Amino acid sequence: MKAYEMTLKQAAQALERKEISSVELTQSLLDRIGGLEPQVRALNAVCETQAMEAARKSDQRRASGEAKSGMDGIPAVVKDNICTEGTKTTCSSKILAHFVPPYNAHVIERFNAQGIITLAKSNLDEFAMGSSTENSAFGASKNPWNLSCVPGGSSGGSAAAVSAQMAPLALGSDTGGSIRQPASYCGVVGLKPTYGAVSRYGLVAFASSFDQIGPFTRTVEDAALALNAICGYDKNDSTSMNAEYPDYAAGIGQDVKGMRIGVPKEYFASEGLSEEVKASGQNAMKTFENLGAIVEETTMPTFEYALTAYYIISSAEATSNLSRYDGVKYGHRAEDFDGIVDLYVKTRNEGFGDEVKRRMMLGNYVLSSGYYDAYYLKALKVRTLIKQDFDKLFDKYDCILSPTAPTPAFAAGAKSDPMHMYLTDIYTVPVNLAGLTAMSLPCGLSSGGLPIGVHLIAKPMNEVTMLRAAYALEQALPPIGDPTFAGGDA
Amino acid sequence: MTYETVIGLEVHVELATNTKIFCGCENKFGGEPNTHCCPVCTGMPGVLPVLNEKVVEFAAKAGLATNCTVANFSKMDRKGYYYPDLPKAYQISQFDLPIALSGHVDINVDGNEKRIGITRIHMEEDAGKLLHEAVAGTAVDYNRCGVPLIEIVSEPDMRSAEEAKAFLDTLKSIMQYTGVSDCKMQEGSLRCDVNVSVREEGAKEFGTRTEMKNLNSFSAVVKAIEAESARQIAVLTDGGTITQETRRFDDVKNKSYAMRGKEEAHDYRYFPDPDLVPVTLTDEQIEAFADSLPELPETKKQRFVQELGLPEYDAGVLTGERAVAEFFEGCAAEYSDAKKVSNWIMTDLLRLLKEANMEADENPVRPRQLADILKMVDEGKINVTVGKAVFEDVFKTGEDPAAIVEKKGLVQISDTGELREMIQKIIADNPGPVADYKGGKKKALTFFVGQVMKATKGKANPKVVNEIASEELNKA
Repeated sequence: MKAYEMTLKQAAQALERKEISSVELTQSLLDRIGGLEPQVRALNAVCETQAMEAARKSDQRRASGEAKSGMDGIPAVVKDNICTEGTKTTCSSKILAHFVPPYNAHVIERFNAQGIITLAKSNLDEFAMGSSTENSAFGASKNPWNLSCVPGGSSGGSAAAVSAQMAPLALGSDTGGSIRQPASYCGVVGLKPTYGAVSRYGLVAFASSFDQIGPFTRTVEDAALALNAICGYDKNDSTSMNAEYPDYAAGIGQDVKGMRIGVPKEYFASEGLSEEVKASGQNAMKTFENLGAIVEETTMPTFEYALTAYYIISSAEATSNLSRYDGVKYGHRAEDFDGIVDLYVKTRNEGFGDEVKRRMMLGNYVLSSGYYDAYYLKALKVRTLIKQDFDKLFDKYDCILSPTAPTPAFAAGAKSDPMHMYLTDIYTVPVNLAGLTAMSLPCGLSSGGLPIGVHLIAKPMNEVTMLRAAYALEQALPPIGDPTFAGGDA
Repeated sequence: MTYETVIGLEVHVELATNTKIFCGCENKFGGEPNTHCCPVCTGMPGVLPVLNEKVVEFAAKAGLATNCTVANFSKMDRKGYYYPDLPKAYQISQFDLPIALSGHVDINVDGNEKRIGITRIHMEEDAGKLLHEAVAGTAVDYNRCGVPLIEIVSEPDMRSAEEAKAFLDTLKSIMQYTGVSDCKMQEGSLRCDVNVSVREEGAKEFGTRTEMKNLNSFSAVVKAIEAESARQIAVLTDGGTITQETRRFDDVKNKSYAMRGKEEAHDYRYFPDPDLVPVTLTDEQIEAFADSLPELPETKKQRFVQELGLPEYDAGVLTGERAVAEFFEGCAAEYSDAKKVSNWIMTDLLRLLKEANMEADENPVRPRQLADILKMVDEGKINVTVGKAVFEDVFKTGEDPAAIVEKKGLVQISDTGELREMIQKIIADNPGPVADYKGGKKKALTFFVGQVMKATKGKANPKVVNEIASEELNKA
């Protein structure tokens, strides 16, 4: 087995047993990146020098028996909207193209404390707004399963990197599905933790009440290990959950006999759901039944309002969060301007891409006096109703199952109408509205050879149950194999 | 036609917490530009605010001290507008659910009591400062970003600049007493927006108001109200109408200028800050804050009158500032004649503070030191004039009165033999004034007393000198 092929667990074990050094592992991944990155374009920056230096230090610690953790020496890719001190954090936006944060995100501090190495910063839709990683100021990322297709988004770079075996672990952020949808498209495991389980401190905000950092891995068990590395209370994030955090791997390997899995009929009845994805989801349901779980059809009446409520609230928060990029303090500043208002207008006009501008206009509109009650306030009420719907479902079920996205990965450039793009998140956004945890794991390939994901949802802080179900399903389904890098000439 | 002026105030008070409202930076005035700030203060991408619990406590106490209802549930909102001194382009403030509502304070103008309503008190963060004198263009100092503020909004209950001034004095005093703010005007820790309208005497409806922002002295507030009310009356008298607008008051020219009208008013697009959780206070917490409040100025004043027998006027002056009141109480605890203490504070201490351009809380004299001086005077160790000089010395050097008296040899001369000898010599040397005295000009006595004082550098016991001088002159 080549070092880059190792899963997170395998790599951690190999490092522990000194079968491999962190330098060898890191070099192997850097070589893999060197070979594939020109085609996949998953990364905004490769931190080669720092990563190799960190790997050497990790090996020294291991040699002297002073490993910081079981993860010491593991390289990871980090989405480029997570602040890394001294390393550019661009959000794939022209406005932050040269921004070097003076501090680390909390999750990076946790990485450092455990010896996990930041290997590269990954591409994303500008400020995490998008579902294809085509809205990047630095060019679109490609899907390793078919290079003419999108990897999904907004964490498309992280999903593609883990899929292409550039790293065993990548961090993404999920505001409305930005981890789970690209995980589904790229055939990897993507998990959005409970809102508040991973500190948002240092995650460049898109929509604060939705944003959550989470891992991409190639196995369910790896996702559990990753959660152990990143979840926990942080006093610098007021929305961080001050609670007992479990061993996330606790449920791995336990059976699912008697586990109750609900399938809201609205999810499988929605327009735009492809037959292949539907069949794949039904296969997952059947597999769960064969494993002894109780799978039942149920209902989620507010499902149809979720996407609208999501776009209203998230855009309102986004317009406020992004107003700080004004050319005064950091980031891009227009060269010629006449007075402060002109500085703002030119800087922001030059610095932001179309999708970001669209969301800011939408957000400003729904917060404006005279429209606030009709849009923002109403959306908040819908949000409450959606939470209540989920509460009812979780009275009866341990997990909810749905497709992750209506279709497999689509061709680059295929969705020029923003509404069509937004609809790819229809199954994932309700989770963020309610602050739940959810994950996508591969459950088959389409006839065109593209991965299809299945979506599991659990109530807040119930990742352990969700991972237990996901692991059982993963073990029961045939593996989808490795990406083919097809369509390279397209 | 007679017009009545209607005034409402919005007062921003900087809270005296150790750290800023949303980060761990020191809450300290001044400093080299951009030295008291961190990524949170400067609104770096990815940072998050964490509400300082002390800010909530201080805001709640300010509410309780102004008879407001403190909310069990309030929340923080974002107020959006672009300005270079506001790094996030939104100010974290409170919109529809502030921490305190519906209170009042009682003011006193020329002996007339009046109750001024408090609409609300909310918590918010201060912005930075633009430095226009920078070498090229304008620079921004973010040191003040995140300094905790409360905004106190009054009802439009004031009818004159004097009432507005009295309201501010009272408010300042309450804030100082509660320890919520030091209210240092020259450091901008108390700033004021003024809303003014005029209406015909007896009219029921309010007139159209204008707002003047960021007045940073009470005298500017008084001048602004007087000038603006005169301007509005002149406009109405000429048959014109008042436009609702924000005006800038020029303190030097004593004139206000239109800044922006209602149409250009900001749409702040307030919404709840998703980075912060709601502020919840239990009834028990609120009660504990109330119990921890010190005696407030009005209560203290009444007590000074009733228990210590001070005149209303004295009690009012002494309780105006917490530091003065505490100094007085400290002295009164060591020296029984409260009125005498009051006189010394009002005439000497307050004058010295004013001359030195110092705030009352910077007073270097300790209560025991003034008490010691008063006791030395009573005991005849020094006379009153020397006592005042010693007080000034204590004020300037901080040294103990006894040490000063000792060092400078100021002990009063009451030795009748020594003084009698001195007076006999003066009488012998000054036949003219002696003749005056003998001729019935009893006032000439002061000449001899003065000469003795001169010879003893003021140290002679004036009572003894008087007695001996009369005796000797009558003998002569």
